[in-house]
Amino acid sequence: MEGRIIRIDESNAAADKVAALVPCWSCHGPLKTASAFCDTCGAVQPPGQIDHFSRLGLGVHFDVDAEDLDRLYFGLQRQLHPDRFATKTAREKSFSQQQATAINDAYEILKEPLKRADYLVHLKGMDALPEGCNLVNDQMLLMESMELREALAEAETAQEVDAISERADEDIRVCIEQLSRLFADDDIEGACRLTTRLKYLQKLAEETRMHKAKMNGVIPLGL
Amino acid sequence: MSNLLQIHEPGETPAPHENDTALAVGIDLGTTNSVVAVSSEGHSEVLRDEDGASLVPSVVAYAPDGSAIVGGLARRLLLDRPETVVGSIKRLMGRGVEDVKGLAGVLPFDVEPADDSGSGMVRLNVAGHRLTPVEISGDILKALRDRAQDHLGKTVKQAVITVPAYFDDAARTATKDAARLADLEVLRLVNEPTAAALAYGLDKGAEGIYAVYDLGGGTFDISILRMEKGVFQVLATGGDAALGGDDFDHAIAEHFLVERSDSLEERELNADEVKVALMTARLAKECLSETESGDWVLDVDGKQTRHHLDRKTFGTLVESLVSRTLDICKAVMTDAGVGPQDIKGVVLVGGSTRVPVVRQQIATLFGSEPLADINPDEVVAVGAALQAEALTVGSDTLLLDVTPLSLGIETMGGLVEKIIPRNTPIPVAKAQEFTTYQDGQTAMAIHAVQGEREMVDQNRSLARFTLRGLPPLTAGAARIRVTFTVDADGLLTVGATEDTTGVEAEVAVKPSYGLTEEEMADMLYDSMKHAKDDMELRLLAEARVEAGRSLNAVKAALEADGSLLEEVERVHIGSVLDHLEKTINSNNRDAINSAAEELELATKSFAELRMDQGIRTALSGVEIESLEDKASSV
Repeated sequence: MEGRIIRIDESNAAADKVAALVPCWSCHGPLKTASAFCDTCGAVQPPGQIDHFSRLGLGVHFDVDAEDLDRLYFGLQRQLHPDRFATKTAREKSFSQQQATAINDAYEILKEPLKRADYLVHLKGMDALPEGCNLVNDQMLLMESMELREALAEAETAQEVDAISERADEDIRVCIEQLSRLFADDDIEGACRLTTRLKYLQKLAEETRMHKAKMNGVIPLGL
Repeated sequence: MSNLLQIHEPGETPAPHENDTALAVGIDLGTTNSVVAVSSEGHSEVLRDEDGASLVPSVVAYAPDGSAIVGGLARRLLLDRPETVVGSIKRLMGRGVEDVKGLAGVLPFDVEPADDSGSGMVRLNVAGHRLTPVEISGDILKALRDRAQDHLGKTVKQAVITVPAYFDDAARTATKDAARLADLEVLRLVNEPTAAALAYGLDKGAEGIYAVYDLGGGTFDISILRMEKGVFQVLATGGDAALGGDDFDHAIAEHFLVERSDSLEERELNADEVKVALMTARLAKECLSETESGDWVLDVDGKQTRHHLDRKTFGTLVESLVSRTLDICKAVMTDAGVGPQDIKGVVLVGGSTRVPVVRQQIATLFGSEPLADINPDEVVAVGAALQAEALTVGSDTLLLDVTPLSLGIETMGGLVEKIIPRNTPIPVAKAQEFTTYQDGQTAMAIHAVQGEREMVDQNRSLARFTLRGLPPLTAGAARIRVTFTVDADGLLTVGATEDTTGVEAEVAVKPSYGLTEEEMADMLYDSMKHAKDDMELRLLAEARVEAGRSLNAVKAALEADGSLLEEVERVHIGSVLDHLEKTINSNNRDAINSAAEELELATKSFAELRMDQGIRTALSGVEIESLEDKASSV
């Protein structure tokens, strides 16, 4: 799960290569690539431990094009979804379910900028949860979120809520742009701080949305 | 129709293995009516009776000897022998006695008192027989299977069965169990709106975001899907598993019965009056989809009462029911992050969407006329049949569905910790860590629940199980990892592991309101005379699939790396391969299995040679790569 920065000597590399050589469970020959299918006999393989970006065939970058992501995701599910294995052996069904689960998991995380940022920061060795980069020190963020919450509580008309909602959305947009730059510059600490900020902004936006939905007479499901 | 029937040449016998020619069908197992369809080369056909009717009323009548009559005839018996007939059984799938009490008086079921027989599933008394909803549904599925077999002239062993998207785990499991009783292997449980979207999207080439509004006899679903290039991605789904056209009937019947008791000046109404009123109400409802108003007569116990009803009054009677569906639509749109303006069309599914007031309200909410150009009674079965073909023959389309309800476990204070939120794409697996709250605690009770509320008792209980053998540690030291896995059928499995010791427990979520394995075994024994033969056939089919997999793997390996073998070995493997290839089509399971084992054994050293070669290649690859690295870093 680390970045590709370690310089390894040749004998180590060789040992790694040999150690990484696993046989296909079905035809027992060596798997030549980390692909989901054996290149010799075509049998589906268990998903293995790779990062979410690589799983979907993306580079490890914060910027992800939504259309690319969908295209890759659908492409993989077309091959690996359990619906493709309904007449296969129990083991193949099970591996396909594991593969489809791993792909869904990766997709769910990479699709959302916040989850993606959170994951990427974690991948780079930090954690952006409240316990991570210390939020309490970020007075600005605290003030800002309190201010917005108050505004929301006082908002009486749909227009006022709309205005708050627009502001929250704009803040999120700007925050994502900044995050993209920080990740590009490999400023993980900065990205970590901004991820925490995005988390709060997102929560506010969500509260605004719920508020708006309630004003429009939407009753949340199951309640 | 004829394009689907394979007619054998006179004198030519059908292929020897019934599994090779057996067809997989699609079944819409509905509250009021069920439909069976079959698809071939992307063309689906709904199977009809001699009169051209596709709908099989989901009504079962039981004879004194326990034999079942399903469909129109059973429905007609409702008037003469109401105590022998049962309908709307889908509403009780996966339900407990307590749940049904809530419906008492509304549904004409004769519920048996609860006993200590283990499972919490409700039991009914029909014509003196004590039956579970699973058995009754099983009888409906058997009738549908028979209809399909008669039509196709083939054995039908596999089916895609649809369930309401909003069905909980207990109801899904109950449906699967019912299929087992009918000797049908469920290839997949598909959500009804998703099946409808598949049929609609493929037929009309629809692309974009669509809503499927599915109001059946007893259930309501709304799903928002994105359809493009053969992908059907459910964005959000919601519904009410206890709201449907049945409730419209009840609203009308109640109205009639109030009028009746007023005009007869009788307070007490008997069960027959209720049943007749319900049947009349259904007729009235259906008529009012065509005409503006009508008059109906209730004739029970020699007393006749006359009732007038027009569309406007009907609309008022069902107003609260319709507006509840609209509230759910709004909430699901919010979940999907879309508004009415984003939705390209609303596909109507279920007979109850014929009611004019329902259509008007949908048009108002979504701002466009809903789409009903595929028969709303048949579109689900058509989708199920298409999916059955896709699963068995193959296809380019892809259904990506979601969990309809959040899944979680009970924590301290009766609170629910959500593990998988609703609308998560399936299959999915999520884990959450929990710890002990007492020093030396060695067991932990795990209670899995489904629903959106914060308190356990407001959600649906799925299963309880205990994780034993925990190391006696201080409170809070143990690390118990609970994993929820939801498969492509939407069925949940819960596993739990204590991380410091590796103690493991895995349960398929069953009881709470399901049948136990023993109960299932008894029912299977009772209902199937050929249970043993069927089991043997299934094992034979599995052995063939496994052996086929092995054959392909070895052939591919020989093609790729056959040059590694000495001539003698190649000949040996070749002969073992031939042997398996000849054996695989026999009906001798043991022979197939041992031939497959022989092949695994014969290719063992071949596999070692291939791995050795892989290592050599990997090593030589490193040398080249490291040279290239140096070259490029210069």
